[in-house]
Amino acid sequence: MDSLVLLVLAMGAVTYIPRMLPMVLLQNLKLPAFLNRFLEFIPFAAIGALIFPGILSSTGDTASAVAGGAVSAMLAYLQLNLMLVVLGGIAGVLAWNLLM
Amino acid sequence: MRNGTSETNITALQKASSTVQERLTFANGAAAGVPVAVGYLPIAVTFGLLAKSSGVPDYITIMMSFFIFAGASQFVGVNLLALGAAHWEIVFTTFIINLRHFLMTASLTRRVEEGTAKKWLALLSFGVTDETFTVASLRRERELSPAFLLGLNLIAFSAWNAGTWAGIFLGSGLPEAIQTSMGIALYAMFIGLLVPSMKKSRPVLVISLLAVGIHSFLQWFPLFEGLSAGWGIIITTILAAAAGAVIFPGGGKA
Repeated sequence: MDSLVLLVLAMGAVTYIPRMLPMVLLQNLKLPAFLNRFLEFIPFAAIGALIFPGILSSTGDTASAVAGGAVSAMLAYLQLNLMLVVLGGIAGVLAWNLLM
Repeated sequence: MRNGTSETNITALQKASSTVQERLTFANGAAAGVPVAVGYLPIAVTFGLLAKSSGVPDYITIMMSFFIFAGASQFVGVNLLALGAAHWEIVFTTFIINLRHFLMTASLTRRVEEGTAKKWLALLSFGVTDETFTVASLRRERELSPAFLLGLNLIAFSAWNAGTWAGIFLGSGLPEAIQTSMGIALYAMFIGLLVPSMKKSRPVLVISLLAVGIHSFLQWFPLFEGLSAGWGIIITTILAAAAGAVIFPGGGKA
C-alpha cells in the first residue's frame, strides 16, 4: 500500500475512534444528574461555538456574512421551514454583494 | 375509590400514549438531512477542486471523503500535504480537529433508543458530524431511532461523496458569486435549528449565548492566539455546557 493510502486510513481512524467510543460506551451508563445535564446541554454550547465567530469569515467578507446571518436569524425567529432559513441566508449574502 | 383511581390512571395512560411520539423512520431521517446535504454539496465540490489543483491523486481524494467524512480536517489535510508536512503531523492535526465529536457522540448516544445494539451504535457514530449531530440533537422527539439516524447520516454522507466526485471530475464549481454566497449555508442551517430552541427555553438561550461569548473571547483575546480551532470549540463547549449544568439544575425545560 502506498503511504498516501496509509495516511488516509490513519486520518480516518483518528476521526472515527473519538466518534465511536462515547457512542458505544455511554449509551446505557447511569450517570450523576450533573453529568446528565452537562451532556444534555452540549448541543447548544457546541452550536453556539460553531456559529460564532466562524460565520463572519464564511463568505469572504464580514459585512455580507452579517447580512446573510441576520436574514437567517430573522427567518428562524419566525420559525419558517429550515430550508427557507438556509436559502434566505444565501440570498441575503448574494443581495448584499450585488447591491453594496 | 379504588375504581376512581384506576380510571384516572387509565386516562393518564391514554393521554401519555397519545402524546408519545411515533417512532422516527429512515425516511424521516433522510428528509431531515436534506438541508445538510444541500449545504455539503458546494463544500465537497470545492474540496474536490482544491485537492485536484493541489496535485493530490484522485483516488486519494475519493478515499478521504469516504473514510474520513469530516470537512474541516480534509481541507486541512490537503493543505498540509501540499505544504509537504510530515504525515504524522497531518494525522495528529486531524485528531485534534475532530476530537470535538467525542463530546457530541457522548451527548447524542443518550438520545438513541434504549436497547440499540452496540454494532448499530458503532456504525451510526461514523456519520456524526457537526451538522448531522445538530439536526439530530435538536429534534423535538426525545428518543431517536437507529433508522432515523441512518437516514440522516446516509444522505449527508452521499452528498459529501457525490460533491467530491463532481469537484474532481467536472473540474469546475458553481459560478463565483453563488459559491461565495453558499459559504453561509451551513451556518444558516445552524441558526435555523438553534433560534427556535432559544425562543422556547431560557437555558438554551443562556448556554448558546455563553458559548458565543467564550468562543469569541478565545479567538480574539491575544493570549489565546496560538489555540487551534479544534481546541477552541472543545474548550468552549465544555465550559458553556458545564456552566449551564450549574446554573440550571432543572435541565433544559426550565
